Amino acid sequence: MRQITTTTVLTLLTPAIAAAQEPTIDPLQYPGAAWSPYLVGALIGVLSMFTFYFSNKPLGASTAYARIAGLLGKVIAPTHTKSLKYFKDNPPKIGWEFMLVVGVILGGFVSAWSGGELTGRLLPEMWQARFGPDSGGLRIAVALAGGILMSFGARLSGGCTSGHGISGTLQLAVGSWVSAICFFIGGIAVAMLMFT
Amino acid sequence: MSTILEQPTPETVPTPVPEPNEPAVPASKLRTLMLGLVFGIVFGFLLQKGGVAKYHVLIGQLLLVDFTVVKVMLSAVIVGMIGIHAMHRLGMVEMHIKPTRYAANIIGGLIFGAGFALSAYCPGTGAAALGQGNYDSLVMIGGMIIGAYLFAESSGWLAMKVNPIGDRGELTLFQWIPAHRSTVVLLTAALLAAVLATIETLNV
Repeated sequence: MRQITTTTVLTLLTPAIAAAQEPTIDPLQYPGAAWSPYLVGALIGVLSMFTFYFSNKPLGASTAYARIAGLLGKVIAPTHTKSLKYFKDNPPKIGWEFMLVVGVILGGFVSAWSGGELTGRLLPEMWQARFGPDSGGLRIAVALAGGILMSFGARLSGGCTSGHGISGTLQLAVGSWVSAICFFIGGIAVAMLMFT
Repeated sequence: MSTILEQPTPETVPTPVPEPNEPAVPASKLRTLMLGLVFGIVFGFLLQKGGVAKYHVLIGQLLLVDFTVVKVMLSAVIVGMIGIHAMHRLGMVEMHIKPTRYAANIIGGLIFGAGFALSAYCPGTGAAALGQGNYDSLVMIGGMIIGAYLFAESSGWLAMKVNPIGDRGELTLFQWIPAHRSTVVLLTAALLAAVLATIETLNV
């Protein structure tokens, strides 16, 4: 059993090991932002003023995923899900946060469609350049692991790149500044290991 | 805003006695949901136009080659910080300060960062990336749901063992620094603007 697992992991990692010998891939050879990042940032700042004023809520995306997890958990294992501390403190429901994430998907589509930037593929270009065109399995494993870690980390630290990184830091919450800096420390370390 | 939601209600007032509270609650709930959707559409549109839904832009930031993510975040913080603190001073908005718990913030932050690099999306930009047509973000979303349940499984233990370490409650920078709140806001904004100016002069 252990033998099989090791072989599977090695097979998944082979393209990664092969690509490790190649020179570093330059992210700047791909198209960047369509609009000025300063304009987009300023408009997101205005948007957060709107969410505070009209919805009495800070912009934040990660809570929505926890709400979905709770709703699915209540279908699969209702008693156990209701017994968990997090779901007792944060009852799962379809609310503002869930609709925000649904809106983000729609807004991302409208923006990419209007700018002729719809991609429609599993593997991002830079990923393919680094790990090869046949690395679909590896990408799925890595993206899944990434999602699990991000969600766990966001819930433990209390927010994500939008909840802490934008909404928390702009309120000058000390914990949000600490968390946001740690997001980048952890991210830089792992990205450097993956790409250099 | 409420005019749109009132449209389904017919001109003639329905029987007043049977359901006195029924229409009022769903209407406010519907307003909350619709506002969330509209704000989300604007947010997703801006994230994609800002380039932060793209794999190479996110990884480029973490490799310290492309500073688009930092430019978007810091300009959002500068504008939002001045705007929201001014609105708060005028009594227009409430603050939503998240608790400072050093151990949970640091450990959770580092775990989040590792996942951020692996997926190359964040919870918000990953959703925008799905709209853009990056199908790998769908796998990330599945992972986010699993990760949230795993956190819930351990939430009782973590709340007991990790959260109390370095728990400072709703601590803010202007409680720390012995200066007027507005001064701290303006100084922070100036400092962040200086960081952006430095990034621009270094041409990264």
